[in-house]
Amino acid sequence: MESRLRAALPDYDLMKLYEQMVLCREFEESCAEQYTKGHITGFLHLYSGQEAVAVGATAGLHKDDYVVSAYREHPQALVRGADPKRVMAELFGKSTGMCKGKGGSMHLFDPDIAFMGGYAIVGGQFPIAVGLAFASKYRGEGRIAACFFGDGAVNQGNFHEGLNWARLWELPVLFLCENNFYGIGTGVHRASALPDIHRRTCGYDVPSEKVDGMDVMAVYLAVKRAAEWVREHSRPYLIEVITYRFRGHSMADPGKYRSAAEVELWKARDPIPAFGKRLVEEGVVSRDDLDCLQAKARTVVKEAVIFAEESPWPDDGEVWKDIYAGGEEVCPWQK
Amino acid sequence: MAEMTYRDALNMALKEEMRRDPSVVVWGEDVALYEGSFKVTRGLLAEFGEGRVKDTPISENTIVGVAVGSALGGLRPAVELMTVNFALLAMDQIINHMAKIRSMFGGQATLPIVVRAPGGGGSQLGAQHSQSLEAFFMHCPGIYVAVPSTPSDAKGLLKSAIRDNNPVMFLEHELLYNSKGEVPEDEDFTVPLGKAHIMREGKDVTIIAYSRMSILALAAAAELEKEGISCEVVDLRTLTPLDTATFTASVKKTGRAVVVSECWRTCGVGAEITSLLYENCFDSLLAPVQRVSGLDVPMPYSRKIEKLCIPQVEDAVKAVKEVLSQKY
Repeated sequence: MESRLRAALPDYDLMKLYEQMVLCREFEESCAEQYTKGHITGFLHLYSGQEAVAVGATAGLHKDDYVVSAYREHPQALVRGADPKRVMAELFGKSTGMCKGKGGSMHLFDPDIAFMGGYAIVGGQFPIAVGLAFASKYRGEGRIAACFFGDGAVNQGNFHEGLNWARLWELPVLFLCENNFYGIGTGVHRASALPDIHRRTCGYDVPSEKVDGMDVMAVYLAVKRAAEWVREHSRPYLIEVITYRFRGHSMADPGKYRSAAEVELWKARDPIPAFGKRLVEEGVVSRDDLDCLQAKARTVVKEAVIFAEESPWPDDGEVWKDIYAGGEEVCPWQK
Repeated sequence: MAEMTYRDALNMALKEEMRRDPSVVVWGEDVALYEGSFKVTRGLLAEFGEGRVKDTPISENTIVGVAVGSALGGLRPAVELMTVNFALLAMDQIINHMAKIRSMFGGQATLPIVVRAPGGGGSQLGAQHSQSLEAFFMHCPGIYVAVPSTPSDAKGLLKSAIRDNNPVMFLEHELLYNSKGEVPEDEDFTVPLGKAHIMREGKDVTIIAYSRMSILALAAAAELEKEGISCEVVDLRTLTPLDTATFTASVKKTGRAVVVSECWRTCGVGAEITSLLYENCFDSLLAPVQRVSGLDVPMPYSRKIEKLCIPQVEDAVKAVKEVLSQKY
């Protein structure tokens, strides 16, 4: 059988997609374990089940395109090239963390990889993505801004203001809606008058489409095509990616708003084994190769946990640092 | 030096900084074609073009949010909210984003943003257009708050705010736009953020104020001088950073303090300044600190009663006499 995958990407890149999805899954499952042990505290929103979205979408972007996201964003940072050790250390609240332990799970950020932040006010990232796109256009950089958000965010005013603004100013923003059907426990049908989210952009003259988010190749191809269109036309575009989170909204969520049968149905469509099977069937890799990638990812995550465990806590003096640029003496009487 | 209005001084600062640095961009509601509802952005579109001076939809939260994003992308936006009252629609981007991003990302981000917003009462604009919200912003760490009182400071502080790498809420007073004063025309003239200004030296009592209330304090001091009372007037210029050293030194010298602010009394700027005085100058205080502030009411429209809600010169005069008549 002729490989449809190979027609789209070289073998190395296909394997990379699989490897990244496995790394994300291993990382998230390890986070769950570390949370249970009390090493990770606060809010923890895991991405398991949605890997094809972060991995496929990132592969469709240029390395220097801006990425902003919400609070379920570890994989988006990792796939972008964030060091798993620094991400895990951030989750542990250690000084070696990506944001020195000041951000935590919901606030990853690394300008070196153009990962411009995880934001935890639902929809807060929309105008920021629009602003990044404006800066890129103003400076003639040719970068687009990819904005990840969930189905829950589309009923915030920011979504509508952002779509209108990006179209009005002709800015290169790629809106990537991860529709996992639930805003915490409220189903998309109970929150959106028009649950077909991609259809909601017509009021802003922003083209859109819907993609199967359990298929990493489908996401990759759609995002690649859309990103190039956005770049070429300097116009916004929206992709609604249909996906599913296997775990609760956060670690505190027992998930009583959805049935076990529904979850099982979606788990049967797990994007990782599905893609692995295709890779083997189409002769890109062997089953052993896949096992090897899995083992490698497990090792990377284990090392990240050890790094985080062994890293020092932030110094007390850090409390007063990084608040103001070039001035830690704004409130000297409080110290 | 040239005599000009507070409005024109602000306009001059914007033009000078836009000429100096191509990364300075301006947007807001009606700032380009209409040249600003208070005409502070007059002539900007003509000189700098529609790529740099942009009208926006009426979407205040996005006006600030796009500034945040573009600052992350390397620009220095100096945006306008038509009035500070509309900043309440942008509080998510101001407080949850602009004020937090540098800190929560471990110092990796720099946000050189100015959000200009006219405010204050006294024009009979009713409850929704007459507010003085500076205490809201002063309460929140991570943003600077500038409150210029004179044309010269308006220019110098705005230039500093645009050049500074921190986000600045730049709060202009609507009743000061037509006030006139001498303004340095030198393009290198700036007024540093965080340095209060002793507008008038005196020995009997210190009046601490900012924005239009500093002008009111000067008027009160002139009146009191006729009665032989010598007032020192400290204009704060910025509420964050707050120049505690200057006003505490003044109060240690005079032993008496009156704090005048236009905002509501409860948890207002005056409350904070008064606390700082008690914490830092308790032993020097000869009498309890007096607070003059706006009344804790939504602003009424009618001229006759609106006046009651905003500090007047007589209120400051009365407070000074009160603080002079009391002792511990």
